[in-house]
Amino acid sequence: MNAFKRRDFLKLTGAAAALSAAGCASLGTKARVVVVGGGFGGATAAKYLRLWDPAIEVVLVERQESFVSCPISNLVLGGYSSMRDIEVGYDGLRAHGVRVVRDEAVAVDAGKKLLRLARGGDLSYDRLIVSPGIDFNFGEIQGYEAAMGAGRVLHAWKAGEQTVALRRQLQDMRDGGVYILSIPAAPYRCPPGPYERASVIAAYFKQSKPRSKVLVLDANPDVTSKGGLFKAAWKDLYPGILEYRGNAKAIGVEAATATVKLEVEDVKGDVLNVLPPQRAGDLAVKAGLITHNNRWCDVDWRSMESKKVPGVHVLGDATLSAPGMPKSGSMANNHAKIAAAAIIEQLSGRQPQPLQIINTCYSFVSEKEAIRVSSVHQWDAAQGTLVAIKGSGGVSAARSEPEAVYAWNWAKTIWADSLG
Amino acid sequence: MRLALLAACAAASFGVAAQDNASRNLAAPCAICHGTGGRAVTKDVNPLAGLPKDQFIARMTAFRNGTRPATVMHQIAKGYTDQQIEQLAAHFAAQR
Repeated sequence: MNAFKRRDFLKLTGAAAALSAAGCASLGTKARVVVVGGGFGGATAAKYLRLWDPAIEVVLVERQESFVSCPISNLVLGGYSSMRDIEVGYDGLRAHGVRVVRDEAVAVDAGKKLLRLARGGDLSYDRLIVSPGIDFNFGEIQGYEAAMGAGRVLHAWKAGEQTVALRRQLQDMRDGGVYILSIPAAPYRCPPGPYERASVIAAYFKQSKPRSKVLVLDANPDVTSKGGLFKAAWKDLYPGILEYRGNAKAIGVEAATATVKLEVEDVKGDVLNVLPPQRAGDLAVKAGLITHNNRWCDVDWRSMESKKVPGVHVLGDATLSAPGMPKSGSMANNHAKIAAAAIIEQLSGRQPQPLQIINTCYSFVSEKEAIRVSSVHQWDAAQGTLVAIKGSGGVSAARSEPEAVYAWNWAKTIWADSLG
Repeated sequence: MRLALLAACAAASFGVAAQDNASRNLAAPCAICHGTGGRAVTKDVNPLAGLPKDQFIARMTAFRNGTRPATVMHQIAKGYTDQQIEQLAAHFAAQR
């Protein structure tokens, strides 16, 4: 039976070669990998598959014209960077031979290996990579969607239109106004991101509207990432401007009175930036990839393959994070490399080999100073997951201007590594 | 002729696949800061592509020991064994 199959395979390969005009290109249709989502995870996967095995056909399905980076977008809110700086097109991927399809994936038939698109019909695949990012559980905050519809509350937790809208609201706010930033209980996208945002907006107020306030309402008991460094920066740089409250979970929003409702009190503000609780992006739900708490997708960390749906790999913030692993752009980029390497092995009939990966995240604490956290993660066979290597990793010794230079270097480099 | 060409292509692609995916995989995460293939994107970052093997090993070892000043590499280097550093050094030395 096996021999028969192999002979058929060889015959097919020969036929494909005969149909093709030129040498090595004849192997060009050895397999098709379809990638959904052109963020840090999906873009990197598409690029590295082509880089590492040009015989694989790669199709990237993305609903937006270009990538807009969440990292650095907090600087846009402070007026220290622009939307143009954080937007990257997909021509870099096209140059690697990735076919970029602008469409929305709406369903997966894992049995028939088909991805259904909103406009473009069905797309067949040999392996599917889903990198859907996050979507929001708006329902957990009463009145959120109505208030957002009325333009009275924003999350700006996906860089794009809401980033622009929030920047405008901050500019329009009177001096002496209160900007409220509400943070959901972990896990959420980019653990240090909210604290960076609070810092950068406090820097803007300090320079341009010094009587204004940043009020941070955190559902977590304390700052969830780089806590010591953030709190030192707030104490030194923004006394009287930035106020932090832990254990302050938002349960409702009232547009008419610009109020954030907490469990024990109501807080009024001028600009409301409430980050709702998050979960894996909609496609993960539609494709049946969610495994935990109706929110996240568990994967085999040696291949990023879904523990629920065979043949489908899940990357980035949508995953049920391994211990000590943040939902970050660096991690999504590295998830993609795990998946690309694994798929190449799987398509050749070999076992995927686990990768050792690195996380590095910079956060600005003002327009010119930044802090950092890093970790190195390796496969632990006994625990069956990736774990942070003991003794490695850590945070910046102190906030500094050189770290801000490195933060920009990191951003430009990871954009190029993912999309260039 | 066609068969010979096909065989050559197959050998080339399988050869590369089997040969050094481990080093390639070990080096890939470095790209988030040092650029794809270790080719630096900005002037402030040290390129790794083409760095002589002994220099790479000396730097990484010094980062790990804390004898070379660093903002981040002292923490990253501690995640790598001597053997992994050697493997990375060989990989990046061969990159152009």
